[in-house]
Amino acid sequence: MAAETSFNVLRHVLVPEHHLLSQEEADAVLGEMGITRGQLPKIRKSDPGIKVLETIHGPIDEGRVIKIVRKSETAQEFVVYRLVTRG
Amino acid sequence: MTAGITKRIGSIKFSCVSPDEIRRMSATKIITADTYDDEGYPIEMGLMDPHMGVIEPGLRCKTCGCKVDECPGHFGHIDLAMPVIHVGFIKDIKMLLESTCCKCGRLMLSEEQIRARMDSMERMEEFGGDTVEFKNYSKETAKDASGKGICPYCGAEQIKIKLDKPTTFREVNDNHKLTAKEVRERLERIPDDDLRALGIDPETCRPEWMVLTALAVPPVTVRPSITLDSGDRSEDDLTHKLVDVLRINQRLRENRDAGAPQLIVEDLWELLQYHVTTYFDNQTSGIPPARHRSGRPLKTLAQRLKGKEGRFRSNLSGKRVNFSARTVISPDPLLSINEVGVPVIAARELTVPVHVNAHNIDRMREFVARGPGPLPDNPYVPGVNYVIRSDGRRIRVTEKNAADVAEGIEVDYVVERQLVDGDIVLFNRQPSLHRMSIMGHRVRIMPGRTFRFNLCDCPPYNADFDGDEMNLHVLQSDEARAEARILMLVQENILSPRYGGPIIGAIHDHITGAYFLTHNNPRFGAAEASNIMFKLGDIEMPEPFIDEKTGEHYWTGKQLFSTVLPDDFNTTFKANICQNCSVCKKDQCEFDAYVKIRDGKLLCGTIDVKGIGNSKGKILDRIARGYGADRAAQFINQVTRLALGSIMNHGFSTGIGDEDIPEEAALQIANNTQDCIDKVTELVDSYRDGTLEQMPGRSLRETLEVSVMKVLGDARDGAGKIAGKHLGMSNPAVIMAKAGARGSMLNLSQMAGCVGQQAVRGERLSRGYWNRTLPHFERGDLGAYARGFCSNSYKSGLSPTEFFFHAMGGREGLVDTAVRTSRSGYMQRRLVSALEDLKLTADGTVRNTAGTIVQFYYGEDGVDPSKAVRGKAIDLDDLFSEVLGDDYEGLLHLDTKDVGGDYGSLEKDEMEYIEEESEESEDDMDFDYEGGGE
Repeated sequence: MAAETSFNVLRHVLVPEHHLLSQEEADAVLGEMGITRGQLPKIRKSDPGIKVLETIHGPIDEGRVIKIVRKSETAQEFVVYRLVTRG
Repeated sequence: MTAGITKRIGSIKFSCVSPDEIRRMSATKIITADTYDDEGYPIEMGLMDPHMGVIEPGLRCKTCGCKVDECPGHFGHIDLAMPVIHVGFIKDIKMLLESTCCKCGRLMLSEEQIRARMDSMERMEEFGGDTVEFKNYSKETAKDASGKGICPYCGAEQIKIKLDKPTTFREVNDNHKLTAKEVRERLERIPDDDLRALGIDPETCRPEWMVLTALAVPPVTVRPSITLDSGDRSEDDLTHKLVDVLRINQRLRENRDAGAPQLIVEDLWELLQYHVTTYFDNQTSGIPPARHRSGRPLKTLAQRLKGKEGRFRSNLSGKRVNFSARTVISPDPLLSINEVGVPVIAARELTVPVHVNAHNIDRMREFVARGPGPLPDNPYVPGVNYVIRSDGRRIRVTEKNAADVAEGIEVDYVVERQLVDGDIVLFNRQPSLHRMSIMGHRVRIMPGRTFRFNLCDCPPYNADFDGDEMNLHVLQSDEARAEARILMLVQENILSPRYGGPIIGAIHDHITGAYFLTHNNPRFGAAEASNIMFKLGDIEMPEPFIDEKTGEHYWTGKQLFSTVLPDDFNTTFKANICQNCSVCKKDQCEFDAYVKIRDGKLLCGTIDVKGIGNSKGKILDRIARGYGADRAAQFINQVTRLALGSIMNHGFSTGIGDEDIPEEAALQIANNTQDCIDKVTELVDSYRDGTLEQMPGRSLRETLEVSVMKVLGDARDGAGKIAGKHLGMSNPAVIMAKAGARGSMLNLSQMAGCVGQQAVRGERLSRGYWNRTLPHFERGDLGAYARGFCSNSYKSGLSPTEFFFHAMGGREGLVDTAVRTSRSGYMQRRLVSALEDLKLTADGTVRNTAGTIVQFYYGEDGVDPSKAVRGKAIDLDDLFSEVLGDDYEGLLHLDTKDVGGDYGSLEKDEMEYIEEESEESEDDMDFDYEGGGE
């Protein structure tokens, strides 16, 4: 474990920002888009990005929503959401 | 036969059938292997039992009482004497046997583990996991549970199981064969709750059903027998296979009941297993396929469904359609780009349904009264082929009954009217690689036997007229017609989503014509000018200039060209003939290459590919973007006609004589080439005595090769330059190359000057004989001629060795394209099947059919690539120059402003390689055997 978390992948230039949304925030986002959790793209719990977030927020359960802010060539910044799933 | 939805299908679930259910749905039990009796009637309880449906006209089904085509057919069943394993489930059976205890049947995981996995599956369901995820997870569960030595529940020792392909299980320790019966017993022991953890719903699918005790016999309609001309009956392959199953089943039962030795019973049991296995899949690996008497392998259930010729790909995805036509294509420059010429004979077969109502009933009566083939064909008037009554009955209209049928027309009937001018149809050429391969056209009925369309439509279809055929589909509903008109019409597809530039535009002679019309602003007298302009139809002649000396009226080419531009059109760009001078003289350009259009007037510059050509035309691009599809289509129609008027007025032809160069030029080229060859010899010599200076990062030999390639590349370029100079701008071939109509200067310099270095894999030729390319050279000769340099031109003719080298280089090109086509075709197929269900929804998200979001906002910026300018939503440079006028400094660097760039024309992307495969023979000049320099 120590080896995996010793390097913060989120600091790398090529890795976009990851934010953990609180349940309320997540519900608000989903409500705005009019979708259910099941319709979100997924991110694995074992994803290095999630691992880093876990060192900050403690364990992240399946079903939580992650907000990712990407630099985009076509639209300066682009926000996507992902659902944490098993694995 | 009434339309309308009575019930809506909510969901479909696929599952196993239990033996009980097989027997319950069975119309009859099959016991005899015989089919027909001596009189030719089907035997009861035989494979052709009339309870299972009818295939002969006149007979009635004994189950439902319906006749042929009305009776859907009914299943029968065979009770198997001993259970057999279903091959299709062999993997699942293995998985189940391995993960459960052989004694108590429990899943070999602790209660907590099972509960945890069930929870996890529930969560997956809640968060919309798809079936693949569930499958993988169940597989994982089974893997975790298998390989245990001792059952955690009953403590029984587990014996490892091995699968002997295709259907035999063995216990590893003593090689004991598990019979199907034993397998079934084990599966029966698995409790329902443990099955749920393995992703199996025990309500609809108990695992023991995967070992068959009853076999469903498909209805006769599924396996119809055919009567040959000789009167003999020929049975379907499935029937043959079922006969085998029945025979062995019968023998097995008899032997078992008579108490035959175990060995014989087992042999028969195995044989039954073989027949049932091949009945399902006759290509199971590990067993020989069952064969017909003639030696042809039988086509059993799996073979009916699988592969390209199977039910899915050939009958469900690849349905054949009515209301379509296919014929050879030919060009017609006088049609609009939106039109397609349809031959009268095709138009008489293709129909459009018209619903009769109070307003059109009289007209429809008139149509019907004409019958199916009103004469004469010219002028063409549409007739009617069929009338559909309100009860759905179809009446064929013939010459004889036309008057009567017309009389009987009522409101609510549907009249299938023949095609008329202006109908919207879809036009398609295979391979359909992008969306422009199918476009909507308006019909023009014409005499002749070919489909005709405007030449500007060739690039999107990648069509030419060397025998190409195309398909045409007539739309049958108002919705489809509206969609085709708004989304698919040719003019809506002028801008390609591939590179955001025009894909439909002037080609070949249109460009040469525009060049002659505008280059150096020629003057035309009244006769000439009207000859050019009359092709436009209803356009008014502009005010003529008056010659100061003679007082005669005249028009200039640029003036005539300006008539087709929108009145408020402004743009500035450099033409294709631009020489890229170090300092641009702009308006005063001596080559007339600086194009400036203000208020719809061409002030200076030559119109060529960069102006109106497909994929590069800037004027075209601006009009399509700023004035809409209607105006763009009008512009293309007019500008091409104008260009054709101009080229016909001027006269244009090219031939091998165009590559003639004066003797002095030939001498110059020969000298230049000789100099380069001498330089190569020097290089080789210096390599030999070790005085050649090594380049960084390269071996001495590589250094030599690089320098030689460079020198010989220069040799060809030099020859090209000399040839080009002597050919001059009045040479038709040069005009075509410079204006961008067809061919390149490289093609010309290879014809007139020097073919140049031949290469394989980017290197000079080196293989063939031992240390030499051909026996005509000495071993180890590294000189220019010995390694594939062709100093002759195509025109002067290659020497025998040069000819051979040229063929070597040419072969590589051919092999390359052949390899690339098959590979990229497969890549594209996989990409398409991965993306085909994605769709852009109204809220801007891209979703698949399950409603899962793939992109939160289309392309992250929501911009339609065909409307984008070089990847950006708006063109700032364009806006600025519009506002600031000629002062805008962006006009200073026009070179960097390349709408669409060369992407569409120069860079051969994978798509075009695919298309080349089907080409009979592309003209030779397209192969660029370029070996030199870069």
